[in-house]
Amino acid sequence: MDGVLKYMSEILPSLLQGTKLTLGLFAITLVLALPIGALVSLGLRSRIKPIQWILKFYVWLMRGTPLLLQLIFIFYGLPVLHIYFERFSAAGFAFVLNYAAYFAEIFRGGFQSVPEGQFEAARVLRLNYSQTIRKIVLPQVTKIVLPSVGNEVINLVKDSSLVYVIGLGDLLRAGNVAMVRDVTLVPLIMVGAIYLALTALFTYLLRKVEQHYSYYH
Amino acid sequence: MLEAANINKSFNGTQVLNDISLEVDSGKILCIVGPSGAGKTTLLRIITGLEKADTGQFKIDGKVFDPESNTTNEAMIGVVFQDFRLFPHLNVLDNITLAPQLALHQSKVEANAKAKEILTQLGLADKADIYPFQLSGGQKQRVAIARALALNPKILCYDEPTSALDPGLRESVAQLIERLKAQGMTQIVVTHDMEFAQNIADKILTVRPNREA
Repeated sequence: MDGVLKYMSEILPSLLQGTKLTLGLFAITLVLALPIGALVSLGLRSRIKPIQWILKFYVWLMRGTPLLLQLIFIFYGLPVLHIYFERFSAAGFAFVLNYAAYFAEIFRGGFQSVPEGQFEAARVLRLNYSQTIRKIVLPQVTKIVLPSVGNEVINLVKDSSLVYVIGLGDLLRAGNVAMVRDVTLVPLIMVGAIYLALTALFTYLLRKVEQHYSYYH
Repeated sequence: MLEAANINKSFNGTQVLNDISLEVDSGKILCIVGPSGAGKTTLLRIITGLEKADTGQFKIDGKVFDPESNTTNEAMIGVVFQDFRLFPHLNVLDNITLAPQLALHQSKVEANAKAKEILTQLGLADKADIYPFQLSGGQKQRVAIARALALNPKILCYDEPTSALDPGLRESVAQLIERLKAQGMTQIVVTHDMEFAQNIADKILTVRPNREA
């Protein structure tokens, strides 16, 4: 028993190192993909048809192909066209593009559920388009989309393990390296526990945010 | 004073408004009545700029304006919607002060002071900090009126102000409209309630469903 604990404490630093990369990718993806997704969803409602077509195509492409394929394409495929990404940038780029498309669809639904009357009320009160979106629509959309966005946030924690395939040292890779080296299941169990802890934490935080928005119905 | 002349409007080839003209003197109340489907609300939506007329000339105090593209703060026309359309995520005070700050560039202090004054006048002084879902129908309507008044409109329009309320509140809406009239507000009221209209109106315009000419 002491041996197991000692072994766990020995490999913990490398697992935490991997967790750091996982969380870094997680943070970058959320911070960039959420606003981009919101903008794309506004574009999907645009009256300018070409904008709508391009964005629909983008969403279709991103949701219609595996994230793993997109990751491999950007890191291993684009160099053929002399476009080179450093590993972490490639991962960030792929994740932001992919998650922004999902967020765009979620936000599109959110915008649709804000009644037309809110836009008209804003209009007769002389609010311009950007004021209407920022002050009237977006706060209401945020409340509506929170549960679905929360779902994607949890997915993102786990999807981040896909970067394994382009050789990034994330949490899963750290566990795998230790398992292969030491021929034991302990690292994988620890990796699972860390993922569970992370998703539990984010689930809790998302609840808090939802509660924050429950001041009205 | 509002003058509108020769308003025509069709939707998909069906003429809804056929050459309507109207006039409201400053400080007076015009009621627009007629059966449902006659185009009363469409007429109001045109005057308030939410719908574009096919033809029509509009003047406020003798000055020509186009309600649909009217974005200046001069020919301000306030609207009280039938379903009120308060902003559910903002408390009563913020519902009222948002537009004066954004559109009229009033400071928060200025907007708050004015809003509180209007709220007091409408008997809502103690409701400033609560949210629309906590209000009764009649209170929501008064907040909607306060929100419109905060922009200092030249004209205040109501779409069916009695229809979403308990019958018992009909009288108090009439009193409120009378009180605003006493303060000099020009008002246009769309209603299907003829008795209510006769009660408050200085002038009544009857819109009839379009018959084939």
